[in-house]
Amino acid sequence: MRAQFVLSEIGVGLRRNLTMTFAVIVSVALSLALFGGSLLLSDQVGKMKGYWYDKINVSIYLCNKSNAESDPNCAKGAVTEDQKKSILADLQKMTVVDKVTYESQDEAYKHYKEQFGNSPLAASITPDQMQESYRVKLKNPEQYQVIASAFNGRDGVQSVQDQKSILDNLFTLLGYLNLAARGVMAVMLTVAMLLIVNTVRVSAFSRRRETGIMRLVGASGFYIQAPFIMEAAVAGLIGGILASSFLVVVQYFVIDHGVSLSTKLPLINFVGWDAVITKIPLILAVSFLIPALAGLLALRKYLKV
Amino acid sequence: MIRFDNVSKVYPKQTRPALRDVSLEVEKGEFVFLVGSSGSGKSTFLRLILREERCSHGQVHVLGKDLARLSNWKVPQMRRQLGTVFQDFRLLPNKTVAENVAFAQEVIGKSQGEIRKSVPQVLDLVGLGGKEDRMPGELSGGEQQRVAIARAFVNRPKLLIADEPTGNLDPQTSVGIMKLLDRINRTGTTVVMATHDQNIVDQMRKRVIELEKGRLVRDQARGVYGYQH
Repeated sequence: MRAQFVLSEIGVGLRRNLTMTFAVIVSVALSLALFGGSLLLSDQVGKMKGYWYDKINVSIYLCNKSNAESDPNCAKGAVTEDQKKSILADLQKMTVVDKVTYESQDEAYKHYKEQFGNSPLAASITPDQMQESYRVKLKNPEQYQVIASAFNGRDGVQSVQDQKSILDNLFTLLGYLNLAARGVMAVMLTVAMLLIVNTVRVSAFSRRRETGIMRLVGASGFYIQAPFIMEAAVAGLIGGILASSFLVVVQYFVIDHGVSLSTKLPLINFVGWDAVITKIPLILAVSFLIPALAGLLALRKYLKV
Repeated sequence: MIRFDNVSKVYPKQTRPALRDVSLEVEKGEFVFLVGSSGSGKSTFLRLILREERCSHGQVHVLGKDLARLSNWKVPQMRRQLGTVFQDFRLLPNKTVAENVAFAQEVIGKSQGEIRKSVPQVLDLVGLGGKEDRMPGELSGGEQQRVAIARAFVNRPKLLIADEPTGNLDPQTSVGIMKLLDRINRTGTTVVMATHDQNIVDQMRKRVIELEKGRLVRDQARGVYGYQH
């Protein structure tokens, strides 16, 4: 009986305040969709870091004959066999280094051809113009600086290039995107809370007769407040369900099927369903608790118990 | 049942106290009229009993409890032993007579079986048997006040507070309401009634407490209304 009574009160309240309820649902849904999206983006960045950091190298490019004329780093001429040996020996002595591979001019030419194929520029390139290089795999990709400071400016070395710095630009961009998403989320959630406070206030005002009688006959504070708080929580929960559905729909139609980015962008290792599913309970909990909290705060001010 | 010890009440932002040093006692089973002109402190007196307000000085005991020491969450339990009736009835217009009375039981968690039993009983007591399914808007003022009394009495309170229950009713209807309150009083329920109705007070010959500018100026057993407008 009690539950039925409370439930019918919630239904009446939500319908009486339909426009405000709708606004609450939409703003909660939007903010939590952003919240979930931003959580997933963090996962995505983490996953991409793990995947790419495994594959990236630090490249030590060695001087060739044509560099010797144009590049001040190579003023002393093309790299010699002795220089190469000492560089290799030094690299192998360093503890941060995991693995070193040598790429000859011919191999570099072959890779170049593979990458740029039949472009007009590729046709004019000869193996002579390619650079020999050492590809250094680090135990920890963050320790690029150790290699750079040891080999930059050394005889026979043209430049030291860290592939991680290229990726890091991407990750920084994604990081900012994430921050922006969370900022918008915070604003939307604040709007949602203000809407809830207002909804509860209107609701409490329109039911002041009932609540007045409830007080006089000795209904407990909880019993008087529960319908209002549940009203806010139920509206929020509907928003949370919408936000969760949105994430599921995006994962299904944009990543897996439909637009199917996962097959179109095989280089990016997208987060899977497990990541999406684990966010949903969190979103639902937030969608329920935050409006309930906002409702409670509103009642403290607008409903005498 | 009710004991006031040197009770004063000053509302915030007001210099003149609404009640000044009022001491009195109301025994179990008494019927008490509270009279006095508007602004004399009658409403404050009733609000202190209901613990809608707390007194500024002194002590208010209701049903053996010191209201100043009663924590907020225990107030509902205390109010379940009180019934309240107002001049403006305060019925829910979108609920039937029976639902209005049942509301008072539903919101304190009484079982459906108990409600089904006690609502017709109390409606018979107030003389509204057969009108369970009418809406308040379809009833006369006297009948609406009977519904309100039924709602106040359905939980069998030990104390009934009535704030000018006949204020909106014609003399003949008022007599009917007074007979009903008298009957309720005879079941052992203490009744405290604030009123401006001289005829009623003079006819009933019950204890009369008169307030004037917040002071207790008269406390008379079997009294009359006594003061002129």
